[in-house]
Amino acid sequence: MTVQTGIQPISSARRAKDRLVQVLVYLAFALAVIPLLSVLWLVVKNGIGRLDMEFLTHSMRNIGARDAGGGAYHAIIGTLEQVLLASLIAVPIGLLTAVYLVEYGEGGRLSRTISFFVDVMTGVPSVVSGLFVLAFWILVLGMPFSGFAGALALSILMMPVVVRSAEEMLRLVPRELREASYALGVPKWRTIVKVVLPTAFTGIVTGVMLAVARVAGETAPLLLTVFVTDSINNDPFNGPQMGLPLYVFDQAGRPTDTAVDRAWTGALTLILIVMLLNLVARLITWWRSPARRR
Amino acid sequence: MAKQIEVAGLDAYYGTHKAIEGISMTIEPRSVTAFIGPSGCGKSTFLRTLNRMHEVIPGARVEGKVRLEDQDLYGADVDPVSVRRTIGMVFQRPNPFPTMSIFDNVAAGLRLNGRHSRSQLDGIVEESLKGANLWNEVKDRLNKPGAGLSGGQQQRLCIARAIAVRPQVLLMDEPCSALDPISTLAIEDLISQLKQDYTIVIVTHNMQQAARVSDKTAFFNLAAQGQPGKLVEMDETSKIFTNPAEKATEDYITGRFG
Ligand SMILES: Nc1ncnc2c1ncn2[C@@H]1O[C@H](COP(=O)(O)OP(=O)(O)OP(=O)(O)O)[C@@H](O)[C@H]1O
Ligand SMILES: [Mg+2]
Repeated sequence: MTVQTGIQPISSARRAKDRLVQVLVYLAFALAVIPLLSVLWLVVKNGIGRLDMEFLTHSMRNIGARDAGGGAYHAIIGTLEQVLLASLIAVPIGLLTAVYLVEYGEGGRLSRTISFFVDVMTGVPSVVSGLFVLAFWILVLGMPFSGFAGALALSILMMPVVVRSAEEMLRLVPRELREASYALGVPKWRTIVKVVLPTAFTGIVTGVMLAVARVAGETAPLLLTVFVTDSINNDPFNGPQMGLPLYVFDQAGRPTDTAVDRAWTGALTLILIVMLLNLVARLITWWRSPARRR
Repeated sequence: MAKQIEVAGLDAYYGTHKAIEGISMTIEPRSVTAFIGPSGCGKSTFLRTLNRMHEVIPGARVEGKVRLEDQDLYGADVDPVSVRRTIGMVFQRPNPFPTMSIFDNVAAGLRLNGRHSRSQLDGIVEESLKGANLWNEVKDRLNKPGAGLSGGQQQRLCIARAIAVRPQVLLMDEPCSALDPISTLAIEDLISQLKQDYTIVIVTHNMQQAARVSDKTAFFNLAAQGQPGKLVEMDETSKIFTNPAEKATEDYITGRFG
């Protein structure tokens, strides 16, 4: 028996194993991408036809059951307002919660309790958040169906995503940076505002965008809270509104081809809006990043 | 305005673990005091108790007295933030703020603590960078990120940042441990200059460095593994390195352990 010592060429067995794993990884990647691409392809193929000025600037008011034409302007406005309101509620609360958990909680009983309930909230099915707002806001408090009620339901879904992602980003900020700031005689709250949050900014924005993308496509909670309408309602605090997911759901359920076409285009518009928001977020983080000034 | 520090019977804990015990010493103004001792004997811990940075670690606490001239730093009504403003600190690893430019890094302590006019800031930043021997290297790129400097430059940037707030005492925890000999020399020169205005305490593992830069040297040691660290002796640097009173000091300096 010879004892092998010294520097050896890579054995053919290891080379083969390397190849095999490489092939498996590429295969897994392809498997993951195929459904994504095929969905995108289908939506673009079926939706591009009706993506015209009329679609973007008109509502469905006075459009008969068999009529072509009509658009999703009311649904676009509704989705933008609802998502904006939901973000205005969920982002500050989520961010402050994350700051508490990371900077002040120190693993105490309160922070563990909050952490537990954030986990529970992550698992709440979206229809339940809609039911909750329906039961509490609309039935008990007697508020009307409105875009705002939908925003409340969406904010319940957004909050845990924002908390978790912001928490992770804040934990990535090295301890040394906080200590450097304390050692300059900077109080803790200013350290958080001026050093910790700016350092984690890019990651937090990405997390918020993920949360926005997640809720922008929610249908069930809207169905129970904003109701459905065919007309434009610019006021999110009063009366039924529309949202793009609702619009798709509504149109796809109608029996005519023109309605189904509108549903595809609605879906395409929703994808475009989320992509556009992502692009804006990218631009903001790029603009704020130190790399730009190099 | 350099000030004297007096420590009496100081213990420091991490949770229930006592890291240092019964430390008493006097640190003279306008002088350099070096702390030496084997790894884990509590030099960094002790240094951080001097400007109340120890307590920012969850569960960490301090017992005993630290006086800056006639003020008790651990008095009930003392604001730790103002203590840290008075006693600055440079860390072992350079830690410039990654989101800030070179200029903003140096100005950070002033900006984060109140309003200053732009011309005031310009003056202080230039003066501090000159004080840290960095001005010539960075004067043309003050708006570039601080993280884009070399390790040695970053450490001098951190020193500039620390002296920009005009502390009365400067604590340095192994400021040269990550640096090449040339940067090390630059920082040692800097320490000799700074001692005209500041009280300086430096932790170092480099005996030659302690001998070169310090006026007094304190030797810390552990009685045994798991025991708290203690001050073995403190004296004039020349005496510690030629004729120490304790056998343990001599053994450590001559390299027989540690
Ligand atoms: N954050 C911490 N939490 C718990 N224990 C700590 C912490 N930092 C240090 N210790 C402990 O306190 C003791 C002293 O550590 P310290 O960092 O002060 O040593 P040191 O003399 O600076 O060592 P070195 O020369 O290696 O830097 C060690 O036993 C260490 O394990
Ligand atoms: Mg140390």
